[in-house]
Amino acid sequence: MDLLKYTLRIADSSIILGQRLSSWCSKGPTLEEDIALSNLSLDLFGQANALLEYASELDGTKSADDFAFKRNEREFYNLQLTEQLNGHFGDTIVRHFFFSVYSFLFYSKLSNSKDETLAAIAAKSLKEIKYHLTHSKSWVVRLGDGTEESNKRIQKSLNNLWQFTGEFFEMDEIDQKMYKEGIGVNNSSLKSEWDKIVNTTLKQSNLIRPKDGYMQSGSKNGMHTEHLGHLLSEMQFLPRAYPDAKW
Amino acid sequence: MNELIFQERIDSERKIEPKDWMPDDYRKHLIRQISQHAHSEVIGMQPEGNWISRAPSLRAKMILLAKVQDEAGHGLYLYSACETLGISREELVNQLHQEKAKYSSIFNYPTLSWADMGAIGWLVDGAAIVNQVSLQRTSYGPYSRGMIKICKEESFHQRQGYEIMAEMAKGTSEQKEMAQDALNRFWWPSIMMFGPHDADSPRTGNAMKWKIKRQTNDELRQSFIDKTVHQAEIIGLTIPDPELKWNEERGHYDFGEMNWDEFWNVVNGNGPCNKQRLDHHKKAHEEGRWVREAAKSYAQKQLKK
Amino acid sequence: MTDNSTIWEVFIQSKNGLAHKHAGNVHADDKEMALQNARDLYTRRNEGSCIWVVKSEHIVSSESEDGEAFFDPSNDKMYRHPTFYSMPDGSKHI
Repeated sequence: MDLLKYTLRIADSSIILGQRLSSWCSKGPTLEEDIALSNLSLDLFGQANALLEYASELDGTKSADDFAFKRNEREFYNLQLTEQLNGHFGDTIVRHFFFSVYSFLFYSKLSNSKDETLAAIAAKSLKEIKYHLTHSKSWVVRLGDGTEESNKRIQKSLNNLWQFTGEFFEMDEIDQKMYKEGIGVNNSSLKSEWDKIVNTTLKQSNLIRPKDGYMQSGSKNGMHTEHLGHLLSEMQFLPRAYPDAKW
Repeated sequence: MNELIFQERIDSERKIEPKDWMPDDYRKHLIRQISQHAHSEVIGMQPEGNWISRAPSLRAKMILLAKVQDEAGHGLYLYSACETLGISREELVNQLHQEKAKYSSIFNYPTLSWADMGAIGWLVDGAAIVNQVSLQRTSYGPYSRGMIKICKEESFHQRQGYEIMAEMAKGTSEQKEMAQDALNRFWWPSIMMFGPHDADSPRTGNAMKWKIKRQTNDELRQSFIDKTVHQAEIIGLTIPDPELKWNEERGHYDFGEMNWDEFWNVVNGNGPCNKQRLDHHKKAHEEGRWVREAAKSYAQKQLKK
Repeated sequence: MTDNSTIWEVFIQSKNGLAHKHAGNVHADDKEMALQNARDLYTRRNEGSCIWVVKSEHIVSSESEDGEAFFDPSNDKMYRHPTFYSMPDGSKHI
């Protein structure tokens, strides 16, 4: 069912990115940033939960936890960017910055969805994502315009993750259908604004926008990088090992 | 003269604030106690952080993440309180890394199953609460205010842990076994959290005189045991102490003797996770250096503009 | 370069119409970071609608009510924070 798959796509990016960020716990560069990253993670899990609850309603049989813990890699539709490794703090910040700009623009449009549930979730998430954007943007600027070393490192992060930014703006049949029905967002229309925000930030930070080249693709149909499998093994282990248990 | 005024203040339950005169030993004692408390919160993030990625439900994951985040926050409140005594965060972190400062030994035990999240919340946070409620009345103002704030936030931590244990104890037989196993491993280390017996605790005298501590180790330990035995009975788990028995005359539970060899071994660095916990903290600190330097450099540039 | 950040005092207005109240302090290098850290540390349970941050070194404190003899008169600042005292470059163990 198209609305279900559409909802899962949004939910999955949130849960996978939330999962990645939660690994920073006790590893942050400062205790303050440790708390900040956990906050971002919690927001994303909250969004994922709301969306998976809706998916559960649409599906009629599976629960939100079933969707989270019992689907396999080819049934997840998160953007490939979200499953990339945390790397060092710069890698995490760039991943979050790219995602937050997109998410901010996406949720802004989705808050006007004809689907009331998606519109409400989008409106609530938008409040949180604004903070994600501010936070990650501030760090891009600090690291870009900090020391020579930080500038070098974060430039590399930008170059490495750039190939995952194409997926934000793809439209397949389901997207087209949802958009036509007034439910979904026209992803390709988000690109010029995304570019503007990213370009301004990079300029402000002494950083160079990477050249467009090969763009990764496929998550809309459950095609992923090799990272997702490992992430899910860890995340789903307990419910799969104890299928009869309630937690 | 100052000593008399100071002690008078203590005796009349007035708070000592950062700019007040204080005996050097009072200041040193507080720095040691508050910093070790802070380090404990931060190191404590590791054993629980170990299970965030594997939490068995979305709700459990979010609750655990929020709990560990709270602990980071508590660490920050305590470092702040400690800094008012004239020591910097950098110095405090160095003391931790050089093993000049300790942290609560309980965090030198590994978390081996999801049930450990229940055991830690229920027992470790439970023990911490007993201690912290008492410390709300400590004589040093910033420490007391920090404790009041922490206590407000702590109540959900213990309930989270107890709920996990209760659910597992009435779940599948594998879950019940897992919960009992966690209780078996964490019971003794939890009651050891209250420290040595009063008779073997040399600093207790001053701590009580200066009202840094309001109750002794043994008093707090007894209070914790009395509360917890009943909680275990309700959920159908057995505390691994064959000598545990209600003493009608005393109005308290009698309990077995702790393994003091194990206690001192772990306190002195020879526990299952001592090296791992410290290495983890040092690694995170080192790996974050370039970030901290960048942030400082950026801030300095802004000031020059 | 020392590994210490600047300390900022945090004041929170929990509800519209109420006065800002001192909540504690945070470490941060620039003002955006100070505001964000203050938000993350002190308003996790929605305890605030407006946050002020001020560098601790800018706060001027009155004297303790006990009169001259009993308090540390060496400065009129809030705490004994060592970062308030600028040490000569190259000096160690101080």
